[in-house]
Amino acid sequence: MSVEELHKYGVITSIKGSIIKVKGLENEIRLHDLVKISNHNILSEVIQIYSNYIVAQSYDDTNSLKLYEKVINLKKPLSMELGPGLMANVFDGIQRPLETIFEHFKEGKLEKGIDFSPLSREKKWHFVPLRKKGDNVNSGDFIGTVQETEIITHKIMIPPAVFGKITFIAEEGDYNIIDTIYCLTENGQETSFSMLQKWPITKRRPFERKIKPNEPLLTGTRIIDLLFPIAKGGTSAVPGGFGTGKTVILQTIAKYCKADIIIFIGCGEPGNEIANVLKQFKEIYDAKNGRPLLDRTIIIANTSNMPVSARDASLFSGVTIAEYYRDMGYDVAVLADSTSRWAESLREICGLLEEMPAEEGYPAYLPTRLSSFYERAGVFQTNGRDHLGKQNIGSLTIIGSISPPAGDFNEPVTTVTKRVVQSLLALDNNLAYLKQYPAINWMKSYSNYPVQISEWWRNNDIYWSEIDLDWIGCQKQVDEILSKDHELKFITQLIGKKNLPDDQKLDLFMAKLIQNSFLGQNAFVEIDNFTEHKKLLGLIKIILLFFKEGKILLKRGLRFDENKEDEVLNSIMKITHSIPNADFDQIEQFKNKNLSDILKLVFVK
Amino acid sequence: MSIIYGKIEQIVGPLLFLSNEHDAQYGEIVKILTDGGIERTGQVVKIDEDTIVVEVFEDTSGLSSENSKILFTEASFKVKISNDMFGRTFNSLGKPIDINTKKVLESELITEVERDINGAPVNPFAREYPTEVIQTGMSVIDGLFTLIRGQKLPIFSGQGMPHNALAAQIVTQSRVLTEEPFLIIFCGIGIIQDEAIYFLNRFQESGNIQNIISFINFADDPIMERLIIPRVALTTAEYFAFDKDMHVLVILIDMTNYAEALRELSSAKEEIPSRKGYPGYLYTDFASIYERTGKIKGKKGTITQIPILTMPNDDISHPIPDTSGYITEGQLVLNRNLHKRGIYPPFEVLASISRLMKDAIGENTTREDHKDISSQLLASYSNTLEVRDLISIVGEDGLNFNQRSTLKFGEIFEKEFLNQDVNENRDFTTTFKIAWKALSALPKNQLYRIHQEFIKKYYQEQV
Repeated sequence: MSVEELHKYGVITSIKGSIIKVKGLENEIRLHDLVKISNHNILSEVIQIYSNYIVAQSYDDTNSLKLYEKVINLKKPLSMELGPGLMANVFDGIQRPLETIFEHFKEGKLEKGIDFSPLSREKKWHFVPLRKKGDNVNSGDFIGTVQETEIITHKIMIPPAVFGKITFIAEEGDYNIIDTIYCLTENGQETSFSMLQKWPITKRRPFERKIKPNEPLLTGTRIIDLLFPIAKGGTSAVPGGFGTGKTVILQTIAKYCKADIIIFIGCGEPGNEIANVLKQFKEIYDAKNGRPLLDRTIIIANTSNMPVSARDASLFSGVTIAEYYRDMGYDVAVLADSTSRWAESLREICGLLEEMPAEEGYPAYLPTRLSSFYERAGVFQTNGRDHLGKQNIGSLTIIGSISPPAGDFNEPVTTVTKRVVQSLLALDNNLAYLKQYPAINWMKSYSNYPVQISEWWRNNDIYWSEIDLDWIGCQKQVDEILSKDHELKFITQLIGKKNLPDDQKLDLFMAKLIQNSFLGQNAFVEIDNFTEHKKLLGLIKIILLFFKEGKILLKRGLRFDENKEDEVLNSIMKITHSIPNADFDQIEQFKNKNLSDILKLVFVK
Repeated sequence: MSIIYGKIEQIVGPLLFLSNEHDAQYGEIVKILTDGGIERTGQVVKIDEDTIVVEVFEDTSGLSSENSKILFTEASFKVKISNDMFGRTFNSLGKPIDINTKKVLESELITEVERDINGAPVNPFAREYPTEVIQTGMSVIDGLFTLIRGQKLPIFSGQGMPHNALAAQIVTQSRVLTEEPFLIIFCGIGIIQDEAIYFLNRFQESGNIQNIISFINFADDPIMERLIIPRVALTTAEYFAFDKDMHVLVILIDMTNYAEALRELSSAKEEIPSRKGYPGYLYTDFASIYERTGKIKGKKGTITQIPILTMPNDDISHPIPDTSGYITEGQLVLNRNLHKRGIYPPFEVLASISRLMKDAIGENTTREDHKDISSQLLASYSNTLEVRDLISIVGEDGLNFNQRSTLKFGEIFEKEFLNQDVNENRDFTTTFKIAWKALSALPKNQLYRIHQEFIKKYYQEQV
């Protein structure tokens, strides 16, 4: 008897798009388990169970399938393989290894029914044990380490819900991921373990407790870090019409944010975008450790023309891998581009199932599914302990882009997402049209994190006697200036700028200065690609100091010479464009020397 | 190939419902023979235990539930491809046609391969990021929105605008700067016969017809054919690009007709619509066409696409341009005002962009000053529009020197750089020369996006 016949099988009784109905398995199958159409090697996930049949969505193209073909119950849900080999790798939505597939299929096509192990069974990893025989260990504890890439140390952890006494542990040496590296006994039962573990994508990995986020995830993009900060362990969404630079912002955050590990999910986006991410991440080197960014990145690519069901899975696949690294105590950031394409995959499947839709054809369970994704973000005290007995803190930040049709934020995916995320970076067509980067609309964006993370900023502040403003103070003043500008715009249009009093001219200029030299960043100037927090504070404080001194000078009866505006602007822009992040002394010098010259230039008798 | 039936249970638009007494494959091609001797082709789109649903590619009128015979071919839809195709015209099923009579010609092509028209998706890992240019001979595209081999760059037009002339000009003039083989595939989707004749005449006159393969689906052809013709064209393109190492440029005109056919079919299938009656899978379906572009690691050939679509009511937020814009790597937008002012091609340059351009132009490919020029032209033209607004408030007399020169620049930019004869083929050097003529209307200190060395080298002093 062949292995296949050992399993009980069912037969296909209906095919429509990626949805198949199967008879014969309904009594024994569990919801969300996988089944396999054996002739074609196609995986499907069970999404409905009825008394006399089940409904499954197939992860591959169903063309050429026939009625009554054999379907095997695999008796497990879709799970991620977790272990060394994830880092710097590229997977599709259900963790098929795309690089390995390309090595075998040089034509570059993804034919259906391709079956490779996600992680290489052959590759040897250098394992260093952290425990010894006789130790008692619990789930999540670190048992050893593997240097996965030059910058990422992979902690080998006891799988969830496993504990016991170590009866064997491998010596330091090279092993593949399925070699036995340790054995545990519990109640006289001995079990052996390898470095590989598996975890179902729809289930959260266990943790000890959730902690309130209190640190910013610095992105290097000034408008985000000052006005709309994202916390480590927080959630953020980036909605924007086409051409507003959503993908560029996500890629920029992925490149420069201060997370240890990046999981980039290309979900239903064009293939060249993934090619671009791969190319950039191989070519851009981290300033800190001199290694390519790819060394800390995992890419999940389910492009727009790949099967829709796998697109549905891709967000959860990504976040499951992220949780695994979070358990090692890392700060992980998940970037999903775009969650709208993911929602569309739900809509497509909902349509095929002929379910009653809610708004715009989206299923009524869209909010539930979307929250179950964003809810997996947070700062966590992990279950396990390292070899010194210390528990770890790991964080998982989720940033998702949204592609609202026609750039209209009143559509279901945007409105639902706004309910579950804590910060929103709203991109604006008009700003993009004016070639302003980043095209983040200051009125429509928000963040709920400033209060929580203000203490971090206080501890990392720069102190200048001339200006008594901390990070949150700067933020408030910038908000005031921009609001004032908004009010004045209308009256300016009526009476003309020339007829405004000097203090209002200064207000208008401050808004222009902030928009051009602080909020706007020039992607073509390398130094300006990302701004460290000290430079950010220095820059904004110089701008606000200029404002403070300027107001005093106006009170003393000096005049604001608007013809010199451009010179002031260019001079302040020199900070963003030519002073490197590391050189804080130069910024201080600018404040001490150049600022008074600028003030003399524009405030005249 | 086998089994013939007599009974069609239901006919609804392009859909046939058959009782299921056959071992059909999902996606299988079905032939339907009527008693009048007419043959139709269809595809299995749903199977369950009682019924098989078949979508018919051609016209369903004349089919009756009793007297039709159905033949299951056990194969998916395939197109025959051969080297004999160069310079010729085909219908949606890949059969050679005469466009003046719309008749199918007796085929004497020697088939080299047969390919499934629904190609498997490209492995994202196998894609190479495109970085080489195509010269279209049109200053506005080459200079400001350079087309890259492997890019998909749509043109958003509107009814009554000259997109046909533009398409014909791109087809006849485009070339790669290297000596590599270059092929153009022209795919007319739901176009009227007069247009088809116009295109073919233009191709013939150009003397370049041997490098063009045309696929034409007429406006009165059945809607199912509209849905397959881009796939037939792209399957042909893939063969020549990836099996024969050619650079292939595919022009798809008009994608609006395609989307409307998709909507019609979706409504016949009683699917739940999303925006404006278009099906929820419009994005995925468009992607399955647009994504068949690009460059694959280890292969010499490339596929580039210029889909052309007419925006209903010139509305760029309509689902068709909106959905396209999310997938493509930029867009070229036509502007009705410029068209009314007699400027051809009437590109709305500030709404247009080529997203792959910045990594592909410059010293080693086009010219060292290309990036600076394009960025400066856009910035200065944006100033021109502002100054023109200002005139309506302060009058021309109220302008200062800089503003006057900006107006002068705008004038040259529109009349000489943008504007071009329908038969005029400009190489990159000519394009840059005209660009500098326009830029030289501005004082040097207004060229803030151009490096000094290039200003020194190319700026033309006013006499």
